Amino acid sequence: MSNVSSNPVGLEAPGSLEARKRKLRAMMSAAGMLPVLLLLVAGFHFLSGGRFLTGQNLSIVMQQASVNTVLAAGMTFVILTGGIDLSVGSILAAAAMAGLIVSNVPELSYLWIFAALAVGLGFGILNGLLISALKLPPFIVTLGSLTAVRGIARLLGNDTTIFNPQIPYAFIGNGALPIIPGVFSLPWLAVIALLVIVISWFVLKRTVFGTHIYSVGGNEAAARLSGIKVPRIYLSVYGISGLFAGLGAVMLSTRLYAANGLQLGQAYELDAIAAVILGGTSFVGGIGSIWGTLIGALIIAALSNGLVLIGVSDIWQYVIKGLVIIGAVALDRLRQRGSART
Amino acid sequence: MAKPILEMRNVSKTFGSVKALSNVQLTLYPGEVHALMGENGAGKSTLMKALSGAYQPDPGAEILIDGLVADIHDPISSRQAGVSIIYQELALAPNLTVAQNMYLGREINRSGIIDRAAMSKSVEPILHRLGASFTAETTVGTLTIANQQLVEIARALHANSRILVMDEPTTALSSRETDGLFSMIRQLRDDGMAIVYISHRMNEVYELADRVSVLRDGTYVGTLDREQLSPDAIVRMMVGRELSSLYTKSDRGDKSSAPVVLDVRNLSDSSFLKDCSLTLRAGEVVGLSGLIGAGRSELAQAIYGARPRKSGTMTLEGKPFAPTSPQQSIDARVAYLTEDRRGNGLFLDMSCQDNINTSVLRPDARWGVVLDLDKARSRAIEAIQSLSVRVPSESFPVGGLSGGNQQKVLLSRWLQIQPKVLILDEPTRGVDIGAKSEIYKIIDSLALSGVAILVISSELSEVIGISDRILVMREGTIAGEVGGNTGIEPTQENIMAFATDVALPSVA
Repeated sequence: MSNVSSNPVGLEAPGSLEARKRKLRAMMSAAGMLPVLLLLVAGFHFLSGGRFLTGQNLSIVMQQASVNTVLAAGMTFVILTGGIDLSVGSILAAAAMAGLIVSNVPELSYLWIFAALAVGLGFGILNGLLISALKLPPFIVTLGSLTAVRGIARLLGNDTTIFNPQIPYAFIGNGALPIIPGVFSLPWLAVIALLVIVISWFVLKRTVFGTHIYSVGGNEAAARLSGIKVPRIYLSVYGISGLFAGLGAVMLSTRLYAANGLQLGQAYELDAIAAVILGGTSFVGGIGSIWGTLIGALIIAALSNGLVLIGVSDIWQYVIKGLVIIGAVALDRLRQRGSART
Repeated sequence: MAKPILEMRNVSKTFGSVKALSNVQLTLYPGEVHALMGENGAGKSTLMKALSGAYQPDPGAEILIDGLVADIHDPISSRQAGVSIIYQELALAPNLTVAQNMYLGREINRSGIIDRAAMSKSVEPILHRLGASFTAETTVGTLTIANQQLVEIARALHANSRILVMDEPTTALSSRETDGLFSMIRQLRDDGMAIVYISHRMNEVYELADRVSVLRDGTYVGTLDREQLSPDAIVRMMVGRELSSLYTKSDRGDKSSAPVVLDVRNLSDSSFLKDCSLTLRAGEVVGLSGLIGAGRSELAQAIYGARPRKSGTMTLEGKPFAPTSPQQSIDARVAYLTEDRRGNGLFLDMSCQDNINTSVLRPDARWGVVLDLDKARSRAIEAIQSLSVRVPSESFPVGGLSGGNQQKVLLSRWLQIQPKVLILDEPTRGVDIGAKSEIYKIIDSLALSGVAILVISSELSEVIGISDRILVMREGTIAGEVGGNTGIEPTQENIMAFATDVALPSVA
């Protein structure tokens, strides 16, 4: 054949300039929004007169980021298949209500965590069944469950707040794991969130199931013809998203010692989706990473915390957060178009 | 001959360091069909984009229309100069009417309110002239591809174009629709239109073209007049070598006593397939020919379990075989290479490695769950090397490769399961001639290693060139068989006779 002579494989030598260039580009795109996060951190630290980058404040930021990180991790699974889960906030509320109810039953109180997780998983699987078996669009199914499950959450407590000041495992929401004693300790909430990220990374990048998620999101028809059981993948990702919403419920309940079906988790799905998008995961599916999601969630938490520190009013916080999300994603698109051209 | 309507001279185009066109020329006369041929990547589309104003050629290029320098700097000025291009992917809005499409971007309006009636009225005469079976008020999305093409042609006429470029217009057409298109093209030619016809299909060019220009690697090779046309001459110009070296078929001997691998008896589905029976033996390549729409892909997918069967039985190596999902076929080591590799074959954003390993992830994985990345990587590298896929690294996204290399990646996905039966649906569609010849070699060596192969192809010379025997389908059933020990010569005429239900020329 024509140009097969010197290098019949076509594979280039690993150390070549081209290979290094591409590696650099790949690293840049994987780093994604990290520069934005660092810029925000530096900016807030400077503007707040050095109050942002302290052990105590970082600990607070991570605590604030933790529930959203867990929800966004589940959302990443869903969006990677090209879907969306609008119901996570409502599922979180229902799971928390169920958890608190069980925790108030003396003989069962220690099982409340399982009740919350099971309710989350159950609603997630219900979403997944409607989407995979009845082939309904994810947006519509989860829009419906956003409303319906919120109603169920209110029904569970007869539309009241349920308290349990003696809730078992309360350390989850309030304790911390000392890293450098006296200087810095990692809240258990943040530990859980990081574990969720690491496990999600492992599942997505190191298991057959994870590769199948990317495959289904990238090209559903091809996935089907390659023998991937596509409905099962859909069912699983919504199940995971629901399960993580249940985990978020556990985290919030231990922090608040209470749950309210109406207020808990309101609009949480929006922050979760924002974190995933900031993390560079494609809305069409097939492209994205869980580390991006973590960075996205940290950006949102840093914004909330930093804006308070520098004394921006509550109303302007909303405006600024929204603009940063749009601006950061626009920046990312521009950057990617630049590299695609070369 | 009359004065040329279009002269393109010294057209070069560089993208970064890549020279896509170098000093290419093309002369077009009114009332001629001028075929433009060349492998994928030879520069046909780039040249036409220079004409359409989509690209600016490098300085020094001259484009003359009617002997005058034409100022073509964007698609609008190109259209004003009388050039219309019909791309392979039709540029129509499916939700709008025929008239609205023809007026797209320059709607007749009264102070912003669209005058549908006036638009329809002015369009009708053109549709009538083209003998269209639809009206100006028909929604484009409800038309067949052939009729949508007609809308594009009507749009060109409506814009008073005198130069019409058609890029592979027959890819999605049935043979009857192709005939209709051809008579339309001839009519336009007789009316004085100059037509540039881009196609890979030798027989179309042969049937239609008055002259043929050939490009190779971005350079102009030459132009043949009608009297000089022969497939050999064109291929020689396109690839710089002889036609006979294109196909590879080792002497595999008589396969009629080789062990039967796949046996299909009276397979029917609920819609289209009727009583299809076929037998594949170890180490033989069986062609499956027939017109587009004869049910070849449907039959392949029914065998593969990707499409429901209603009745019929199948055996694989003597054991019952009745897959209801692709996974079951893969487990039985029956593979199906789709005809639409981008649409339902490859994961374009994923790496070559991931694409090659798709169907062996689970068997390779530790405890069936955790990926074995080392094994996946070595499988990928081995596949890339053995099929000589031109790719910088195994982690390169497959969407960035050329058609031929993409096809090799998809093919190597199926080779990973060490198939007993390999069904290849149009394995060389959209693949350049160099990669084609390599794919034929791969098919041949797989057959030599004992795989039973069924090749679906619309290119008659291809099925004849690589198959031991050829089954011909017509209207959902297997209409005949040629070659092998049927006693019927595997010629294009005999295949077409079965495919179209006319008497066999060699028998009659």
